[in-house]
Order: sequence, then structure tokens, then C-alpha cells
Amino acid sequence: MKSESPATYEDAAELLRAAAADGRPVRFRGGGTKLGWGRPIPEPDLELCTAGLGRVLEHNVGDFTAVLQAGVPLALAGERFAEAGQMLALDPPLSPWGGAGDDAAVDAVEAGATIGGIVAANDSGPLRHHYGGVRDLVVGITLVLSDGAIARAGGKVIKNVAGYDLGKLFAGAFGTLGLIAEVTVRLHPKPARTATVVARADEVAPLADAARTLAHAPLEAECLDLWWSAGAGAVLARFGSADPGPRVSEAAALLAKIGGLSVDVDGDDEACWQAQRSAQRGDVVAKVSALPATLPAAVAATEALGGALVARAGLGLAWIRLPAGDDGRETAAHIESLRSALAPAPCVVLDAPADVRAALDPWGDRTGPVDLMRKVKARFDPAGVCAPGLFVGGI
Amino acid sequence: MAGPVPVAELISICGPERVVVDHAALRTYESDGLLQYAVVPAAAVLPDSAEEVAAVVGACHRAGVPWVARGSGTGLSGGSLPIEGGVVISLSRMRTIVDADLDNQRIVVEPGVTNAQISVAVGPTHFYPPDPSSQIVCSIGGNVAENSGGVHCFKYGFTTNWVVGCEVVLPDGSTATLGGEHGELDRPGYDLLGAFVGSEGTLGVATRITLRITPAPEATRTVVAYFDTPEQAGQVVSDVVSAGVVPGAMEIMDQLAIEATEAATHAGNPIDAGALLIVELDGSESECAARFDEVVRFCEANGATGVRIAQSADERLLIWKARKAAFAAMGRISPNFYVQDGVIPRTRLPQVLRRIEELGAEYGLRVANVFHAGDGNLHPLVLFDAAVPGQAEHAEELAGRIVEVCVEEGGSLTGEHGIGVDKKRYMPKMFSEADLEAFQRLRCAFDPDGRVNPGKVMPTPRLCGEVPGPYRQHPLEAAGVIERL
Repeated sequence: MKSESPATYEDAAELLRAAAADGRPVRFRGGGTKLGWGRPIPEPDLELCTAGLGRVLEHNVGDFTAVLQAGVPLALAGERFAEAGQMLALDPPLSPWGGAGDDAAVDAVEAGATIGGIVAANDSGPLRHHYGGVRDLVVGITLVLSDGAIARAGGKVIKNVAGYDLGKLFAGAFGTLGLIAEVTVRLHPKPARTATVVARADEVAPLADAARTLAHAPLEAECLDLWWSAGAGAVLARFGSADPGPRVSEAAALLAKIGGLSVDVDGDDEACWQAQRSAQRGDVVAKVSALPATLPAAVAATEALGGALVARAGLGLAWIRLPAGDDGRETAAHIESLRSALAPAPCVVLDAPADVRAALDPWGDRTGPVDLMRKVKARFDPAGVCAPGLFVGGI
Repeated sequence: MAGPVPVAELISICGPERVVVDHAALRTYESDGLLQYAVVPAAAVLPDSAEEVAAVVGACHRAGVPWVARGSGTGLSGGSLPIEGGVVISLSRMRTIVDADLDNQRIVVEPGVTNAQISVAVGPTHFYPPDPSSQIVCSIGGNVAENSGGVHCFKYGFTTNWVVGCEVVLPDGSTATLGGEHGELDRPGYDLLGAFVGSEGTLGVATRITLRITPAPEATRTVVAYFDTPEQAGQVVSDVVSAGVVPGAMEIMDQLAIEATEAATHAGNPIDAGALLIVELDGSESECAARFDEVVRFCEANGATGVRIAQSADERLLIWKARKAAFAAMGRISPNFYVQDGVIPRTRLPQVLRRIEELGAEYGLRVANVFHAGDGNLHPLVLFDAAVPGQAEHAEELAGRIVEVCVEEGGSLTGEHGIGVDKKRYMPKMFSEADLEAFQRLRCAFDPDGRVNPGKVMPTPRLCGEVPGPYRQHPLEAAGVIERL
């Protein structure tokens, strides 16, 4: 496999166009932290790396926007925004080990996940609760298509309805429609202080009560997560502002009315949220798209398989880690049992060894309309060279 | 070429009383909220169900007849302007709230339900934040088509951030569920829902919509402050945002807008003030209280000549009445007006206001200004008298120059009203030919025959043609690893 790192969008377009003209498959690579995700496909002829597209082109402090080339590591951009008291409210795990930017393991995969890769894979973390996901934070996008076209959609302002929202179409498309070369993102003020209320229990019911109570309280938590592992778990609610204290007290008071919980306040809460992020990666991880009220069922199904779970309790998204079995088919069977237990919720396998991926469809069968997706693919990548076979339905 | 409308088939689907072919009756549908444009359609149908919509669209597809979906007809860019010789599909009879699932913070509705009815259905504990000024009458189906905004979107986001699933009828009459089937997020596959919302009715029609809702704020604090100039009000907005405060709404009106709204609403605003700024904080009681004093201090520090804090729910409503009446109130000071909808990076406000003033002087027309200040969405209102020959065209040209200034300053042609027919000629000011071509790829994937709301959004008519490129069997395809359409 040949690897190229174009330094301009025009160079990327020419490389892609040439590959398409010869019918040579291409894949795109950012930080290389999620290369195993999707359906297993043969090694493509060409890997287009975004390492040469690593500049923060604009940080418009007064307008709370930034223009980032695809190869910018999220950790690096985050440091820059933090200097101005701002943040890009996207906090997925930055490496396959779930580490932060300062994790030694991250060096092994360059500087961790890039903005282009995070957008392409629609990855997210606990901040999604309040700030939305990739689709809600990308306001503009520059694309390189396999016929050599360089196209922009959206703009540089947070409110804009001119033209089609191709940013959302390409977010989560796993590079199968073309290369994301640049994104414009909305930034938010970084809370001066944060504090987290933690409610622990060794039963699911009081945790579900806690999650529901906080999800419906008008307290505007920044994050609302749940974890469960080996017969015990917790609900975590993070509050941020100049003085989150009063809301933390109100949240703790609401939780005190629910029996069976042990409630604490964590004023130095970075570590507990880092743990939530890290738990989204592992040897075998499946992401479940459920509804908040069905999370207890997800916990029960996880427990039955000896796994562990983290969830966005207000959104219904859960990441279930399963122990890696000796036999890929056995692990695959566990995932299928998880799928039937949680049906109709989609259950997508993210991390898994090759023998597990070979034994099932990582995307599952609860997908969107595949026929229409094929038509979209055929228009944006008519040569069919962008990561063919990787995506839903073998697209 | 459009074929004849299959009237008999439409009648067999909806019954004779819900198929309109009488020319006089069809004039009801000739315009939407943008009255400068009028086209009488060949027929209008009023289906009662998703099945009827699918059958009507299928009949149009087979007959080669173009069609446009219509909600309440309040759109301001001509997005639901009928197509000559085409069919209008009115969703106004599909008004059922299917399911309000407070536990999961979701609501499922038919497209003809009004925006305001949604918050009523989930209140008082919850609400649906996007709130276009026309919310009492505008339909959620129209909101989805236009990705509608409103005064609360700086904090809460736009329609697209709240729609989690749509059942749609596609241009060939088939149906599909875009986004979540049961209200879930991140259903595997392309985010076709994200592409559909805001596509101005050109990719299909939604027949059932699932929305997220959110807990109603515990407290709301509203202040209106008066300044000598809009620039001072703009500086307060910048100071508030830079301090990390995220108000539920921030609105600015200039002197002319104040004068007009005062004549219409008697809200008690001084008509000689150069500008007024409304800031509304909402959220928890403690957070609102803590931040409100900060906001008032920013107003005073930037030279506010007066500060009025709403002391009651009624006073708050009066403050908002003046703002929400701004468009209609222009009738008090001018025979006619043209509503513009541009977006600028918030920090460019002083430069853009200066340019608007210069352009107004150049054209000899008055321009009143109303802004959603948090997200930089400007609504300059160009005042004119249609009785004066040529002045309507002159006003429209001025409005066009203003939105070009917005684009030159790094902004957008439209923040919430859409491109429709009204602004399609300006699209090349914001997008290159390659950009427009990329938009067309999406449209062709959904509507290869160009039958759904043709003539909207894109600046020039385009045909789709076959999927481009010679067909070559890929080695992976030959090996059965991948398959192709």
C-alpha cells in the first residue's frame, strides 16, 4: 500500500482523481486511532494521510468559531482554544486506549485522534449531553471528491441555512463519500469551574431513577453519564460555570430523595470523566443507540455477558465492553445475543479483533435506508474508490 | 417535460373534496409568506395520511408532474411557491400529535402540527426550543424543510439539532425513515436526516417527525436596555458572550424598528433611543440570578441610557411582543417593506451597520434593523412604497446589496428564511460552481428526475443525467466483497 500526505487540497484532489481514474481503492487516515472500525476490507492501494493538512487556519475568538484542517489533532486544537477560555465541545477518546493527549500511548498513534477522523467517524464523548455531537458542532466543511472536485458547504457562521448541509452527510460517513479536508466548528465558552455529583449504587434501579431525575431537572448539566461494571455503578452529572456550587447542591438534594444511592461531590472531576471517555474503547466494544428509558435493559444485558458499560444517560447512547473470548465466533455470538436483547436498538461493533469482525456485520441490520445510501454514494464517489466495502450495507 | 396532472387518480386517492382544481380556489396556494411571487398551480391536494401522501407522490412521479409540499405557507423565501403546471401537496390536514414520550424526552408529530402546539403538548415541564416568530401558525413540517430558527437558537440550536427522525415520502413515491426509527440517535448509515432537514422541500416530504424536547427552564430573567447606537448594544452582546454567559435570547432593534413597534404595540420603549437590546437569561434559578447582575453591569458599562428589568410575566411578554411584532409593525411607518435575512460574524456588526446605512443613503430608502444578535442573524427591513413606479425593484436591489455585504464579511445569504426562489440568484456569491455541483449530487441522489420543488435553491436549472463515469467492474466487486447500485 502506498501512502501519501498531500499538503494542499489541490494535491489531495489530484491524488484522489488519479486513483479513481485507475479504479484503485483509497482510504483516508488521520491519527490512525480508529482504523479497525467498520467492515473488514482488503488493504487499499493508496492511503491518503491528513498529516500534511495540520493547520489551525482561523480561531475567531470573538465569534466563537475556528477553521481547522482535517489533520489537526483535537488535543492540540483544544489547548489553543483553552488559552482564550474557549473549547470545542467534542471529547471522544483520543486513542485506542482511550487516553488523553498527554498519555504516552498516544505518541504511538502520532498525536491522537484528528478532527477529520473524529468527524468522519462521528465519535463523541460525555460533552455530547449538553453540546450535541459532531453534526451539531460542524458549521462548514471542505470536501475533496474522487473526481477531483474540491467543494465547500455551510459557512463560517453558526447560523446558516444556505445550500445543502453536506457537513452532516459526511459526518459519520467513514470517508466513503470523499475526503474531509477542512472543517469550521462552533466553539463554546469553557466553564471557569466544574464539579460533578456522583451517585453510586450496586443496583440498577436507583441509578436509573437518578439518571431520569437529573435528565428532567432544569439544572442544565454539562454531562450526564452512567457506568456499570461488575455489579456496581454510578450516575455522574457535571455542572460548569463561574460557580457551579448551587446547582451541584440542588442536584445532590434531588438525589438524596432517592433511596439506595451513595452521593458525593467531586470538585476535582477531570479523572472521573477521563475514565468515562476511556471506557468507550477496548478489545471488544459495541455502541448501542437506545432510548434513555431502556438503559436498565442495556445494563442487564451487559451484566449477563460479564461486560461493562458507559452511557450518556440523557441521550440513550451506550458503549458496552465485552471480555475478549478465545474464539472470535464465541464473542460474535455474544454480540448477537446483545443485539437481540436490545432490539430494536441499533448495536454497532466499534473495536473488535479481526476474527470477531469476520464472523458478523459490525454495523448490524438496524441500519438506515441502504438503497438510498447507495444512490448517495454513487453520486459523490461514482468510481467507488473511497474505502469500498467498509460502510453500512457493504458501501 | 411535465405531463398533465393525473386528476382522476388524485381524486381516487383523496376523494373529490380534497383535490382542488378550480382556478379561483387554487389562488389560495399561489404564494407563501413572500407575496412578491405568485404562481397558480394546476392542482392542490390535501392528503390525510402518510399513505395518501405516498400515493399522491407516486401518481405525480408516474405522470411526470412536478410538485411542492406546503405547510402553513408562512415561509419568507418562496420555498413553497407552486410550480407552473404542478401540484401543491398541502399537509395542513395532518395535525395529529402521535406520541408525547416525556420519559424519553421525545415527541412524534405529523407535519401539519404547529410549532407552538408542540411546546403546549409537552408543557409545562418540557418545551421545544426552536421558536420562529410565526410559531403560532407555522407547521413543524415547514420548520423541518427550512431548518427554522427563532430567537432562542443561539443557546438552544436550530430545528436540525432537535429533529431525531423523519418518515419521508421520496420523489418516486417510496417511503423511508431517515434518522432514528424509534427516536434513537446515531442510527448506522449516512446522516440522510441531517441532509434532509433544511433542504427546502427539494428531497421529499416528511409525513411523521420525531423531535427531542428539553426540560422547561426553572427561571427566566429579561432585561431591555437602551443605547444611543446599535454598536453599543452590539458591544454588550460581545461582552456577555466573552464572559461565558449564554443567554436564551439576545435581540437588538434600531431606532426605526423601535419607532414602528412602539406605534404597533405601545410596549413603553422610548422612540428616540438609537437602539435597544433585549437579553433574556433562562435556566436554573441560581445560575440566572448570578449571571443577571453581570449582564446588567455590561449594559451600564457600555453607556446604556436606561435599563428596564421585567418585573412580571406580563411585562416580559410585553417586551417580547414588541420584538416579535417587528416585521408586521413596519406597516405603521411604510406602505411596503422587504425583509432581508443575512448572517454575519458577530464581531463585524459595526462595519456591516455602517455599510447598510451608506447603502440606504445611496438608494434613498430607509432601512430598519432587527437582529438575532447572539448568532449574528440580521433582518434589515427595507422600506418602500410600491405605488412609486420602480421603487419595489429598487428596494429589492438594495436588499440584495445588503446580503452581498453580509457574504463579503464572511457571513451567509440566509440564517433562517431559506434560499427558495428569492435568493437563488445570489447563491454564486457564496458558493463556487464546484460547491453548487456538490449540492446537485445530493439532489440527484434523491430526485434524479427533478420533480420535487424544482426551480428552488439552485441558481440555474440543472439536469441530473445518469450516474457519471463509465462503469467498470471493480476487482472487489468481481470477488463479491462489495456490491454496487
